[in-house]
Amino acid sequence: MHDVVVLGWRQYRLERRMFWRNPSAAFFNFVLPLLFLAAGGAILSGSQEDLDKLLPAIAAMSVMATTFTALAYNIVFLRERGVLKRIRGTPLPTISYFAGVAANAVTNCAMQIAIVVVAGRVIFGIGWPHDWLELLVFVLVGVVSFAALGVAFAHAIPNFESTAAYVNAVFLPVLFVSFYVFDSTSAPEFLRSIAEGLPLYPLIVGLSGAMVTGKGLSDNLDALAVIALWGALGIYLAVRGFSWERTGA
Amino acid sequence: MSEQDPAIEVSALRKRYGDFEALRGIDIAVQRGEVFGLLGPNGAGKTTTVEILEGYRARTEGTVSVLGHDPALRSVELRRRIGIVLQSGGIYSQITPREALAQWAGFYPRPRAVTEVLALAGLEDVADVRCRKLSGGQLRRLDFALALVGDPELIFLDEPTTGFDPEARRAAWETVRSLRDLGKTILLTTHYLDEAQELADRVAIVKDGRVLAIGPPRELVARPSGTGPAGTHPPGSERYRVTYRDADGALVELDTEDPTALLNELTARALAEGWRLRDLSVGRPTLEDVYLELTADA
Repeated sequence: MHDVVVLGWRQYRLERRMFWRNPSAAFFNFVLPLLFLAAGGAILSGSQEDLDKLLPAIAAMSVMATTFTALAYNIVFLRERGVLKRIRGTPLPTISYFAGVAANAVTNCAMQIAIVVVAGRVIFGIGWPHDWLELLVFVLVGVVSFAALGVAFAHAIPNFESTAAYVNAVFLPVLFVSFYVFDSTSAPEFLRSIAEGLPLYPLIVGLSGAMVTGKGLSDNLDALAVIALWGALGIYLAVRGFSWERTGA
Repeated sequence: MSEQDPAIEVSALRKRYGDFEALRGIDIAVQRGEVFGLLGPNGAGKTTTVEILEGYRARTEGTVSVLGHDPALRSVELRRRIGIVLQSGGIYSQITPREALAQWAGFYPRPRAVTEVLALAGLEDVADVRCRKLSGGQLRRLDFALALVGDPELIFLDEPTTGFDPEARRAAWETVRSLRDLGKTILLTTHYLDEAQELADRVAIVKDGRVLAIGPPRELVARPSGTGPAGTHPPGSERYRVTYRDADGALVELDTEDPTALLNELTARALAEGWRLRDLSVGRPTLEDVYLELTADA
């Protein structure tokens, strides 16, 4: 037990070091949400109502980008490079390995959420979140669900070269549909139904309640349930289809 | 289990992928402290066999014991005692060899010192260089180093020198010899005959998922011609290959266990018929000759 914890911690430390040494990953993780905030803020300046919607949307996007996107990339890269196979041949417990990898994603996510929250307070005049517990709950459930979905999605990606195409084919449509439906009051009903069934839109709704509107956890339980259901599916698929080795495609 | 038990015991090992039978009954036993070579053409089943022993693949049939463990159970206890050099294993591109070895050392209960392993693998000069800047040969040496840092009893080397230049191969051979001198057991796969002959105490020649012959390279070479099972030749029997040009200048190759009689007969005939035995040579067949005979499609 002691070993499992120590080795998980060591793996986490290694993942952090590798993260900071990869400039493009660091860039995407911290500069991208800031750019979105800056661009959105510039376009929407003058309308506090629009800014109120921008902030939780960017926060939710950060959760998805740091977990779903980042893990799909990492898992495919490490699998195709043979790193996973090599690790599998060592005594490092599987649970320690994945705890380290997941904690790395959680750290990135926490940093981004912090950036967005501080930017909301300092730049957009939105103030501190109304409900810290609700924020924590939604971020946690969102992180677990999107992380599991990212690992599961990695199974579908045949080689590293096509990772960007696969990830963006999911990430961008989900992002646009969810942002659009969240922002627009006149979105078509079928689009609204789709968005409500996907995990990102409910996350935006929950974060909006926590950060901006003050709509409490008890009012957003249905949104939380949708994210958790996706998470359960993600965990099932992530564990079931996991491949430590190059698929050869 | 006692120290005298074999490090690896495999019997009637079979592996099927759908309709394709990759292994059709492999039997080998590797003794402790031995360098054992699995030699065979590509697709013979060498890597499948090794990956079953390493715990990467499940077998279809047969029994397998590695240091007293069933590798399919993937126990941490077993993985602490083995080192694996994969045919192609990657590493984080932003890590340095020193950091990678320190990280890997942490996986094992009694690791070797990182500096010592860096020296053994010849990586001192690039110990603090990021892996993405290392050459293919340097990365291969890191593969060795990562497999050795846990100070394993048993080391699997899957085609360890494929793609090496001659100098790098000799260096890798030296490393393998030094590991044997430390008392390590080594299972090596290779399709290089000279590598098997240089390094292995015993060799199993594998083709189409079966073991065609097994024994020390010297004894395999000494086998009488024909394809009887290994070890059936009479003790002390040796095999020579006599080559010469006959009266018409055609090159003749004869295998014999009694070169004295054959040479006597040949020289007598040549003298009597008045022609010269040109290009006469008496040699021992190489492992390559045996290998080509055994693996040739009948």
